[in-house]
Amino acid sequence: MSNFLTLPILLPMFIGTILIFLAKKHRIQRVIAGISSIALLIVAIYLAYAVYQSPDQIITLEVGDWSAPFGIVLVADMFATMMVILSSIVGAVCLFFAFKTIHSDREKFYFYPFYFYLLTGVNGAFLTGDIFNLFVFFEVMLISSYVLIVHGGTGYQLRESFKYVVMNMVASAFFLVALAYLYATTGTLNMAHLGERVAELGQEGILNGVAIIFLFVFGAKGALFPLYFWLPKSYYGPPAAISALFGGLLTKVGIYAIIRTFTLIFVHNPSFTHTIILYLAAGTMFFGVLGAVSQFDFKRILSFHIISQVGYMAMGLGVFSPLAIAGAIYYIAHHIIVKSALFLFAGATEKITGTTDLKKMGGLLKTHPWLGWLFFISAMSLAGIPPLSGFFSKFALILSAVQEQEYFIVAVALIVGVLTLFSMMKIFMYAFWREPTIKEEDINKKEMFGLLRPIIPLVVLTIGLGFLAEPIFTYSLGVADQILDPTNYIQAVLGK
Amino acid sequence: MKNNLSLHTITRIAVFIILSFSLYLLFAGHNNPGGGFIGALMAASAIVLLYVSFDLKTIKSVLPFYYPYFIATGLILAMGTGVSSVLFGYPFLTQFFKYATLPILGEVELTTALVFDIGVFIVVIGVALLIITTIAEDDA
Repeated sequence: MSNFLTLPILLPMFIGTILIFLAKKHRIQRVIAGISSIALLIVAIYLAYAVYQSPDQIITLEVGDWSAPFGIVLVADMFATMMVILSSIVGAVCLFFAFKTIHSDREKFYFYPFYFYLLTGVNGAFLTGDIFNLFVFFEVMLISSYVLIVHGGTGYQLRESFKYVVMNMVASAFFLVALAYLYATTGTLNMAHLGERVAELGQEGILNGVAIIFLFVFGAKGALFPLYFWLPKSYYGPPAAISALFGGLLTKVGIYAIIRTFTLIFVHNPSFTHTIILYLAAGTMFFGVLGAVSQFDFKRILSFHIISQVGYMAMGLGVFSPLAIAGAIYYIAHHIIVKSALFLFAGATEKITGTTDLKKMGGLLKTHPWLGWLFFISAMSLAGIPPLSGFFSKFALILSAVQEQEYFIVAVALIVGVLTLFSMMKIFMYAFWREPTIKEEDINKKEMFGLLRPIIPLVVLTIGLGFLAEPIFTYSLGVADQILDPTNYIQAVLGK
Repeated sequence: MKNNLSLHTITRIAVFIILSFSLYLLFAGHNNPGGGFIGALMAASAIVLLYVSFDLKTIKSVLPFYYPYFIATGLILAMGTGVSSVLFGYPFLTQFFKYATLPILGEVELTTALVFDIGVFIVVIGVALLIITTIAEDDA
């Protein structure tokens, strides 16, 4: 029992609520929001440390003192705490970027409360050990994201976010249906208990069907092929700080849920479920990157890259060996950091040039060298150039696929890697090379450094993830071992 | 509708009946059908009846509340109940109850879940009225 576990969920919820009272005073809001986002990060790191130090490397809390299969449990294992750290990092960085870029009119209309409610939902989804509670936290996250995605209410935002809302509503309805099926067949909603019961029943017939519905639901939220169509346009609309938060975090919650359910509950028939995941991963990677190659807009290219990279994570789960899962986990960490950084760079260039259309930009390397080179580092990391973090994660994934003799996925992953590099270079060539479009006297050095300051920690992290690949990969392998052996999780929750 | 005397008279009486029934539902909850959510919806419907039979301006001068604060207050109350059990060393959201004999009411069950439910009650009233008044003001 450790009440500390509730803090990553309660802290943002409490702060969000306090900020409702202060909605019209944007300076105080900023101070409170900034301090508490950093406090959240410290809490997340401490929680991860406490979990790492604990004997089973899992900490559980039975909420409301109701014992395990009946009440709701919160479970912090290494995977969950790692995700909480990542969400707190991105949450803090995007918040500080928002201070620089969000118009004060938006601040007055409950921008910060919903920002923190979004983090509540995300952290809750990571920490919960009850699948119905997972649904609830998904909804908390999604409802906040509906608000943030239309926030400001431009025509484009309203049109595209309508699709986003409809898509997610449909997926949520199916989520509920899947939960009902699952409860009808197994009689429990506790994830550890489900893992036990599904093992006893044998994963055949209806349980396979339920597994596929879950895959559909989380696939729709995590933008897997062929359910990714809503993503590029809806992430294009909102301001950069929000796109970066969404691009970094939201689809990854879907991926987290897929990895969690398909390593803990539906693991008994991998030749069926994990093969499907593998082919979906191939489709996601390939079609996502094709979309990116065909675009000439900074933010749209990045949005399509989210899709192709979600494919890599799903690929790790599809290959389903310890090395592959570790690769996928490393990839998630790398992706969340780099993708948020790139979206923030898109926001910074938009602020400087006033457009996201690559054809209208040019010569930024001459006028804004810092921006150019920092972007270059992040872009190369995304494309998987050593010694940056993208290389090691892709290397682990492809190596594991070769070991498992899944040559088809290896070929797809390598082609996608090349195309990723191509589209990143396209951004770099169009936006940063060529003749400058901005006049020398329009350059505002002070403003630019204000914009860059929040992004620099992310760039440093991606370099760090690359140079410290050894210890971080060891940690990822530890996480992979833990989630591939569900008995640990089940014992920690049910206490047998 | 401005001078609809019978509507005004009935509303004045009906609102009190509905409000007291909503409070009954709030206190009946927890062990019997009812609870903060359903009670608050009923209370909100009573206030909406006021808005409909009189008009927006009149009721606004009678009930000069800013509904978003209702939401925040209720949330803090509900969260505070959950956190209070942490302060006593129990898991988050643990509830406590005690049977007590109060004057007038006789023996009643006092629970911390009731405080939580009151929080929910305030949030739901705030949300329902905020939605309805926002849509209503949009017309004007």
